[in-house]
Amino acid sequence: MAEVRAEMVANVWKVLVSEGDTVEDGDTLVILESMKMEIPVITEDDGVVVQLKVAEGDVVQEGDLIAVIE
Amino acid sequence: MVERSKGVHDVFESVLVANRGEIARRIIRTVQRMGLRAVAVYSEADADLPFVKEADEAILLGPANPAQSYLDAGKVLEAARASGAQAVHPGYGFFSENAEFARAVIGAGLVWIGPSPESIEQMGDKINARNLMEVAGVPVAAGTREPVTDVEKAVAAAAEIGYPVMVKTAGGGGGIGMGVAHDEAGLAKAFETAARAAARFGGNGEGPAILLERYIERARHVEVQILGLADGTVVALGERDCSVQRRHQKVVEETPSPGISPELRERMLAAAVRAGEAVGYRGAGTVECLVDADKQDFVFLEMNTRLQVEHPVTELVTGIDLVEQQLRIAAGEKTDVAAAVNGHAIEFRVYAEDPKRFFPGPGKIDVWSEPSGEGVRVDSGYAEGTTVTPFYDPLMAKLCVFGQTRAEALDRAREAVAAFRIEGPKNNLPFCAELLENPEFATGDYDTGLVARMRS
Repeated sequence: MAEVRAEMVANVWKVLVSEGDTVEDGDTLVILESMKMEIPVITEDDGVVVQLKVAEGDVVQEGDLIAVIE
Repeated sequence: MVERSKGVHDVFESVLVANRGEIARRIIRTVQRMGLRAVAVYSEADADLPFVKEADEAILLGPANPAQSYLDAGKVLEAARASGAQAVHPGYGFFSENAEFARAVIGAGLVWIGPSPESIEQMGDKINARNLMEVAGVPVAAGTREPVTDVEKAVAAAAEIGYPVMVKTAGGGGGIGMGVAHDEAGLAKAFETAARAAARFGGNGEGPAILLERYIERARHVEVQILGLADGTVVALGERDCSVQRRHQKVVEETPSPGISPELRERMLAAAVRAGEAVGYRGAGTVECLVDADKQDFVFLEMNTRLQVEHPVTELVTGIDLVEQQLRIAAGEKTDVAAAVNGHAIEFRVYAEDPKRFFPGPGKIDVWSEPSGEGVRVDSGYAEGTTVTPFYDPLMAKLCVFGQTRAEALDRAREAVAAFRIEGPKNNLPFCAELLENPEFATGDYDTGLVARMRS
């Protein structure tokens, strides 16, 4: 199981996966936006998205859980 | 009998500043020094910032999201009406290059502090601007004369121009969506990135308008500050070298440029004046050029029809307050401007970002202590106890230094960067210190690839 967390305070601009989706190392899960910059959040593991904790428009803090890949 | 020239106070007594952060604060300072009343507008996220407190009156626009505050034309115009402001200064970004907003301001009977909506339109479309400049005798890079709307057309155009090509959006700015392609595969990727940016930041629903231009490998980004005076003459106030960039966005600017010969400078300044004259330009504007460092030649890149972020370095070497000139020119006042340049000035953009990867790092400011002393100017938008939020660009402050020579300016920069204390948000002061020790930067022999080389 791998947890994907936010590296900075940001707005969730796009959510590209849903719970239950199969993902591979390098896939973009969500795109955050902070200070006019798009920051893709990428999984470093292969697996299934078992938890997705954010929705488009949410504000995440540094360290917040975005998704769990199993 | 000599006719008395119209003065600012005959035309307006109060100015609404339609912007935020450091630039709002900097404009408010000049407005108040001239004996005019400054009206600030702000979003909920910015309520505690210095520019709100320092204005004579401040009006809340709405939530943090720019579309509901700084970019809501109706709210900004209503704030002007409610406060009795008689003029509107847009700063940079937001509405500064929006011809429609400029027209709405003028239509409401207010003075627009900027060039005419027609000038903004002519220069806002980069392809149109490029074609216009070519006619005016300003050198332009080989590139597309019409917007490219799909990858196939881009590939055909690139084959004609020759690789490498620069891919950018026709309407965008600030480096957003820009990319370099060295071959067809790279072009497909760069086109997609630019198209996405075009759709996101002001798409018109007719497919992406993309511009391709021949890319110069060892390029310096050098721009000329121009001022279109009320009597119609256009003057050039020296150049600024903005080659220190990350993600095609400027980090450090200096004047004079250490990378151009006096002969090239003369040609560039003359071309910038022609560019301004070609559109009957009024007020402060910037003609951005790419300089081929090896060939000592230049091409027109684009014209920014507004005050530039890095305008302070020009102010430091000319002694001219560009905001004051903007206000006087907008009022129709005849001003005398001496274009003489003295000394050397460097600006460091202090961003809320990590100094290694340059990723955003907003947060609450626990410690904020600015350097001061001879030859040091700091334009900041924040103060201790305030918060840098993720809603706007990462610029916290501009640290500017002046010296009689470049060497003296660099010495002062090293001291000032070391003395600047910021705790809380991530910041790029360590990068600034690193840059000052970099041999390429120290000698002045650098180009737009410098930051990428420092991080490779």
